[in-house]
Amino acid sequence: MSIYIIQKTYNTYTVYKMEVQEIVTSLKSQIVEQLNLEEIKPEDIDTDAPLFGTGLGLDSIDALELIVLLEKNYNVKIEDPKESKAIFASVKTMAEYIAAHTK
Amino acid sequence: MNDTLFFEGNGSEDLPAFLSALYKKSELNYPKFFKMDKLCKLGVLASELMIRTTTGFEEVPKNEIALVLSNNASSLESDRTHANAISNKQNYFPSPSVFVYTLPNIVIGEIAIKHKITGENAFFVSEKFDAELLQSYTDILLHTKPTTLAISGWVNLDGQSVEAFVYCVKNLNFKQENTPGINRDEHLHNSKNIQHLYSL
Repeated sequence: MSIYIIQKTYNTYTVYKMEVQEIVTSLKSQIVEQLNLEEIKPEDIDTDAPLFGTGLGLDSIDALELIVLLEKNYNVKIEDPKESKAIFASVKTMAEYIAAHTK
Repeated sequence: MNDTLFFEGNGSEDLPAFLSALYKKSELNYPKFFKMDKLCKLGVLASELMIRTTTGFEEVPKNEIALVLSNNASSLESDRTHANAISNKQNYFPSPSVFVYTLPNIVIGEIAIKHKITGENAFFVSEKFDAELLQSYTDILLHTKPTTLAISGWVNLDGQSVEAFVYCVKNLNFKQENTPGINRDEHLHNSKNIQHLYSL
């Protein structure tokens, strides 16, 4: 039984990590499609790179589009606008927020 | 360009594919292009190619350049896309990047941003191409400080109906208005010439 518990703990951790990774992969495709980044392939997007300013160089309209993307594709709403900057820091932070708030 | 064919589509592609191919041929290297709606892509490409062949354009101060465009269908393509996005209250997800293009004068904004133009601008919606309207309004600007150069034309898009006609007109005598001589813009920039160019 003790082995089972350890495995269960391990599996739970693994499942969580995979979920975030899957979200990251989906997000990259959705961002490219939703934001019409025709010269960028999903695999070109660095998971940890800044989405705004440097990195993908997105603008304020893109930010609104990302908010719609979260709501439309993941049913996730940003409750506190002050959190936006941290949530949209990178694809990774977006994925982590989705994983933590998906019902 | 300069009386030579710059680009020709293969005849079977749709408008987005045609515009993308023309963008690549133009070597515009302007990623924001892909975020524009079709009307803006059309206007930006047409003005870009015209500007490239306009001698001395880059030397004109940006606040002296006016933009005067017109069309018939306003921003109807993006209006329809937005209307479809908000038609189902159960699946109500209007796209901000579509909504921002639901005004025809955004074409002027995109051209102005691309070339850092800060002069006067106006967008007219009329039933059909109106050379007199373009000529008269553009001339008013050209005889008003600080405008010395204007980009004018007709950029229209409604379904399969696609037209882009832009021209550049300079007031060569504006800065020497007290100098006797022929005011060339008044001779060449008339509705008959504009209509003729549009009809080519």
